[in-house]
Amino acid sequence: MEIVRPQSHRNLFSSNDAVSVPSLPLYRSAPPLEVRLEDFESFAIDRLRVLKGISDGLSRGKKPEEMEKLVKELWKVNMRHQHASEVLNKDIISHFVLRLVYCRTEDLRKWFLSMECALFRYRFRFLTPEAQRAVMDNFDLTCRAVNNVEFESIKEKLGQVARSMGQPSPTVDAIFYKVPFEEVPELVAGRKVFISQGYAYVAMNQVVSLVATLFRSQLSKTLILTNRVAINCCRKWTSSIREQEKHRLTPIVEALSSSYLGPDFSQPREYAEISLKDIDQVAKSSFPLCMRHLFDKLKEDHHLKHGGRMQLGLFLKGVGLNLEDALAFWRAEFSKKVGLEKFEKDYSYNIRHNYGKEGKRTDYTPYSCQKIISSTPGAGDQHGCPYRHFSEENLRAALSRMGVNSRAMEDVMDKVRNRHYQLACTLTFEALHGMTCDAGINHPNQYFSDSQKILQPKKDSSAQNLVTARE
Amino acid sequence: MIPQQESDFDHNYLKPYYGKLFPFADIFKWMTYGHDGKHPGCDQSYFGRREFSFTLKGDFYLRFQSFNNALELENSIKEKCPLKIDIGPVYTVDPAKRHAYAQGDNNVFAPVERELIFDIDMTDYDDVRYCCRGADVCLNCWPLMTIAIKVIDTSLRDDFGFKHILWVYSGRRGVHCWVCDGKARRLTNEQRASIADYYRVYKGNENSHKKVSLMGAALHPFLATSYTNVLKDYFEKILLTSQNLLATEERYEKILSMIPDESIASELRGKWQDSRRSSSAKEDINVVRWEQCKQLLQSGKHKAQGLRRCVEEIVFFFTYPRLDMEVSKHMNHLLKAPFCVHPKTGRVCVPIDPNQCDEFDPTTVPTLFQLLEELNNEGLRADVNGEWNGTSLGNAITLFRSSFLEPLQKACKEEIERSYNLKLQQSKNSVGW
Repeated sequence: MEIVRPQSHRNLFSSNDAVSVPSLPLYRSAPPLEVRLEDFESFAIDRLRVLKGISDGLSRGKKPEEMEKLVKELWKVNMRHQHASEVLNKDIISHFVLRLVYCRTEDLRKWFLSMECALFRYRFRFLTPEAQRAVMDNFDLTCRAVNNVEFESIKEKLGQVARSMGQPSPTVDAIFYKVPFEEVPELVAGRKVFISQGYAYVAMNQVVSLVATLFRSQLSKTLILTNRVAINCCRKWTSSIREQEKHRLTPIVEALSSSYLGPDFSQPREYAEISLKDIDQVAKSSFPLCMRHLFDKLKEDHHLKHGGRMQLGLFLKGVGLNLEDALAFWRAEFSKKVGLEKFEKDYSYNIRHNYGKEGKRTDYTPYSCQKIISSTPGAGDQHGCPYRHFSEENLRAALSRMGVNSRAMEDVMDKVRNRHYQLACTLTFEALHGMTCDAGINHPNQYFSDSQKILQPKKDSSAQNLVTARE
Repeated sequence: MIPQQESDFDHNYLKPYYGKLFPFADIFKWMTYGHDGKHPGCDQSYFGRREFSFTLKGDFYLRFQSFNNALELENSIKEKCPLKIDIGPVYTVDPAKRHAYAQGDNNVFAPVERELIFDIDMTDYDDVRYCCRGADVCLNCWPLMTIAIKVIDTSLRDDFGFKHILWVYSGRRGVHCWVCDGKARRLTNEQRASIADYYRVYKGNENSHKKVSLMGAALHPFLATSYTNVLKDYFEKILLTSQNLLATEERYEKILSMIPDESIASELRGKWQDSRRSSSAKEDINVVRWEQCKQLLQSGKHKAQGLRRCVEEIVFFFTYPRLDMEVSKHMNHLLKAPFCVHPKTGRVCVPIDPNQCDEFDPTTVPTLFQLLEELNNEGLRADVNGEWNGTSLGNAITLFRSSFLEPLQKACKEEIERSYNLKLQQSKNSVGW
């Protein structure tokens, strides 16, 4: 495992020395602390509440400022401890317990990594400058500050970048860090940094992104290592701790990873199973706008590009369309444009792939709103979230085709202008069904099943099953 | 329009093409990246872990083909005569053995290296070219590809520091780019996506409204440089006229619809609806109208929002490169190999020299028929360099070698030696107490 830096060791245990404590641990190695069994579980659950809260906030499309407030609140409420000196230990212990739990599968790792990184990022933002520098020291960043000579030579370009983002040009005493561009993919993607000869010049106020990426890659590597260690530990556990601890710890560890949020719609509900003949009808009554649009375009053009096929295809799977009916559905449309033979050759494989019947047999999950909103439809594409990706006129036209009345329309457009895309979709749902949707729309399949529940109340609407986290 | 003759391609002629012309040795040398076994630091398994895939006649598709050496590669291609050869990534293990390694959740079969690739296709520009549509290309719209090569090539070198870049004609309507530096091959999907997004300007489709949006008080240096050095001139000196962008009402309305200030748009419309020639009838009408348009937009008289960058936005809309994002973002995306023959046009996918891309003419790229005819005319004279040397393919292969393969090989050898020496040093250090 990793060598523990002497500094972090000191900071870990000398909790009296408030100044040298970096309030943001990097979780580089498991501390040799003794933990009471009750704390083992309760610390982890408290931290899990924080991570769940973050996950929730993100899927509701909260803006960065709102997320910052949310994280602060969540942390304050859940991660405090009656002894101030124990706060840091609780932080570290809870992280490592969850790491044990969430290292076990690819999906769990992915979720845990995303949430811990989000948590880290927001906590970093409200550290004091000294504390931030301490973290940066840990990542060997402070030595990569740009010297005056180099700064002078690129000052103009740095100014252009700043002004392109509506910020003032950097002053003479501004600090910039020169790092390989690979370490700041977000900043590169958004053209928010000057890049030259493979190096990105990161401004002080962008350091969060840099530190977050470094944290993420570090955590990602150790999660996989933890998995291997955990497997070995479990073997040791079961053999040596057999009678006593095994019955205490293992159930806790198991329960933690299943105590999760919402359904991922990978298993279709019974009542929502639809067949080929129902599709046209349910599309009109229960599809959310994004899927309705794709569906209509498919009927019109007898074709959809890859992004659209994925988004609509997986949605239909989640709604209960079985593979045979799905093939028939797509074949009926596509063969009108490309012919039967070409459909079998070029398209049917991918449909079977989506149902986990080809290739590496992954059973793909339908896309959530968060994923759809963040997609980037390009020329010829019809996928994405219309509330986000359509121009105002096109969106109004699409909504009125769906049957949204003019008053509701204004409320919806107001949400869109403020970039609350999922709330806009929720309002649309409420306008069309004449009922409120308190939970808010997070997933197209949720829109569908909620709609069907209202329109077909006779069928059994059993409680949704809680399944393991997937993003 | 390039006339599409039915007889430009015939599957039967692929056999002699692969038999005598396809540069197997060069492709092999490229794909080994120096791991040819001649140095103790070479990874003998490297070439064997590379995926190739073949599209055969009758649209049979063979994925996960791999070969241990040049001869196996050559024999397989000569035997199967694929219509198309695609190159995939280098995996953790030999792709032929992948099933043995895919165990449930922890997938040990995964890509480890893959060139950074770009695919630019003329059909993505259909809304800004009037000379052709869809699969057709001509010399009036080809400059759009030239622009893309210049802008992207310059940036890959200056901004990202890459050196080993290969541009290839796709055989019909676009170009491919292969960035082969070690650093590029080892980029993660996220990093590839970030580079693709760095290059992304044109957003949206028929559903959205504004497709090019350049906000901010200044342009990012990359966009500013591209505009000043490439886009502006190509737009004003070539495309404006060759595409007649402002000559008719339908066309100028398209540009007017991109001006957010209605008063300016109407003023221009007023000037142009009156189709009397201006006094300087010699000057091209597109050029004249563009000048009028620029003057109003840049005069600073009208302070409407969104006007600041309007001129640039229009130029970017008509010229800036449009990349296929999906191709670049994923390590496992396959891409057609250079020197394949395009089945619809019969043209060979030849390399393009980015330093002379202005002179590249897609209408004169050698075709399969042409090459075989040349071979026949040369008689049985066997050139020591390979029979291609006497044909039009000669220049293409020479270019491939001198400007791309040789510098790449040199760099690869150096890298292998460096890391080998480093390992030796490290093991020496760890021996002592």
